Amino acid sequence: MHPVLKIIVQRLALGGFSLLAVSAVIFFSVSLLPGDYARNILGQSATPEAVANLRHDLALDRPAPERYGRWLLAAARGDFGTSFSGRDGGHGRAVSALVLPRFFNTLVLAALAALVAIPAALLLGIAAAIARGRAADRLINAVALTFVAMPEFLIAYVLIYWLAVRAGLFPPLASIHEDMSWGQRLHRLALPVLTLSFVVLAHILRMTRASLSELLGRPWMETALLKGLPRRRRIVHHALPNAWGPIINIVAFNIAWLITGVVVTEVVFVYPGIGQLMVDAVRSRDIPVVQACALIFAAVYIGLNLAADIIAIVTNPRLLHPK
Amino acid sequence: MTSRGLHFSPRRERVTAGRILAAAIVWLYVLTALLGPWIAPYGEAQISAEPFAPWSAAHWLGTDQLGRDFLSRLVFGMRNSLFLALAITIASFALGGSLGLLAAAGPRLADQILSRLVDVFMALPALIFALMLLAIFGTGAAQLIVVIAALDATRVFRLTRALAMREAALEYVEAARLRGESLVWIMGREILPNITGPLLAEAGMRFAFVFLTIATLSFLGLGLQPPAADLGSMVRETATLITYGDFTPLIPALVIAILAGAVNFLIDGYQAQPVPGGDDG
Repeated sequence: MHPVLKIIVQRLALGGFSLLAVSAVIFFSVSLLPGDYARNILGQSATPEAVANLRHDLALDRPAPERYGRWLLAAARGDFGTSFSGRDGGHGRAVSALVLPRFFNTLVLAALAALVAIPAALLLGIAAAIARGRAADRLINAVALTFVAMPEFLIAYVLIYWLAVRAGLFPPLASIHEDMSWGQRLHRLALPVLTLSFVVLAHILRMTRASLSELLGRPWMETALLKGLPRRRRIVHHALPNAWGPIINIVAFNIAWLITGVVVTEVVFVYPGIGQLMVDAVRSRDIPVVQACALIFAAVYIGLNLAADIIAIVTNPRLLHPK
Repeated sequence: MTSRGLHFSPRRERVTAGRILAAAIVWLYVLTALLGPWIAPYGEAQISAEPFAPWSAAHWLGTDQLGRDFLSRLVFGMRNSLFLALAITIASFALGGSLGLLAAAGPRLADQILSRLVDVFMALPALIFALMLLAIFGTGAAQLIVVIAALDATRVFRLTRALAMREAALEYVEAARLRGESLVWIMGREILPNITGPLLAEAGMRFAFVFLTIATLSFLGLGLQPPAADLGSMVRETATLITYGDFTPLIPALVIAILAGAVNFLIDGYQAQPVPGGDDG
């Protein structure tokens, strides 16, 4: 087997294992709760029969490994159980019906933000690294440091204040519904996308700059300079081919910021995504919904990191041409 | 000049105007937090005027949605958030630091178990994990401290372990082992003093991060129990004012950003590695 293929298979196995381990943590962390889960949900005043019924409904009377197995298999088929809200009336909604449409909305928001932020961050990061130590670099770094220190909701509200309230360019809320055209949706999405872009941009920019600065200081870059190579050739042919791996890793690493940012941004703009759903479910302690959201976030996070890992391996010239 | 990776080279920092300003800001926050109850013109939960009153001489920043003095809430919010962040940082370093030292100096099996466990916890963004745990345990100061400290400890563990691993391979640790010193002695008296520098820099970073995490969670409505003031929930509760062109709700958010920025700025100087062959003198 080609060594690269072997590494990729190893990574895939590792990714699958991580997801399995995280799903176990998500499932079993509920058992950390002191006392009886069913009684906790129903409150202290519930009758023993109601508690016993709920225990049976949630299959709490079955052994834990069996429950975990069933839950995982059902989740893999897209069935996340029944939401707690509306359970009393006997018409609890299927979690998947709540989660999946919102998941799509979140993907749209995150993908648009990534499309804006990643190229901008990489260009600025590379520019700062090339100009390192000079005024332009210090300015870019200072601005990025400022954005890193800003809570996501501050960025969001400043944008709302300036662009929505003062300038009246965009709506301050991003509530969308199904019969809206894509043009309308994009107009509504402008501010959330901008907010999320700023959040991610600052982080990626700083790491790109640090990683490239280190690269540009390597002895072989000095050799290229001493050989008299022009600057463009030094950067494009000597520095960048070695920088792709680290850069892809940086982008993957910052997906965590994208996910964190999605949650806050959706809450600020009342955007019907999975982040807002999760926060609402946490507040009403609707555990099945919270677990489904956490599992989806975990799958996306691990999957994207895995993809980045594999891209970094495939584009690494040292690995592709083994000695 | 050959410092690479995690190796920490203490170097004399230039005292710049920016650093002095950042340090002054941090001290101002500490003083405000300590003297909060004496500085604030009104009580933390005291209703003193009609809701959403505008700025006036009696209420410098107006009042919030229940008619409580905004400035007083701001001072108490700073105090609560700062103390919470401090408690969480200390707890996460106590937990993550000691486990990291144990992983580096202790039996190999302990390292294997701890490292794999931390891998699992880091395979999910911290905020998502925090949200899930808060859904299970409910909200409140104690829950916040336990949940954020436990999640943050995984990051501290990684760094401490990496730093301590280097030290554990050196002769003086070997010598201590041969002298028959106990594991606790080797962890605490031999290795720890040699890695405190980078750990302190990391503590500053983690503090700023924890401060922001608390703000985010309280903004999401999962912070302290009312009527306790915290900066994030102040923004959330008064956010409607922004749509009327009033930027008062942004002030608590700015207060958060300025402290996080000042701490980051101070630490940034300490973490910046000299670029080999760089032209920044």
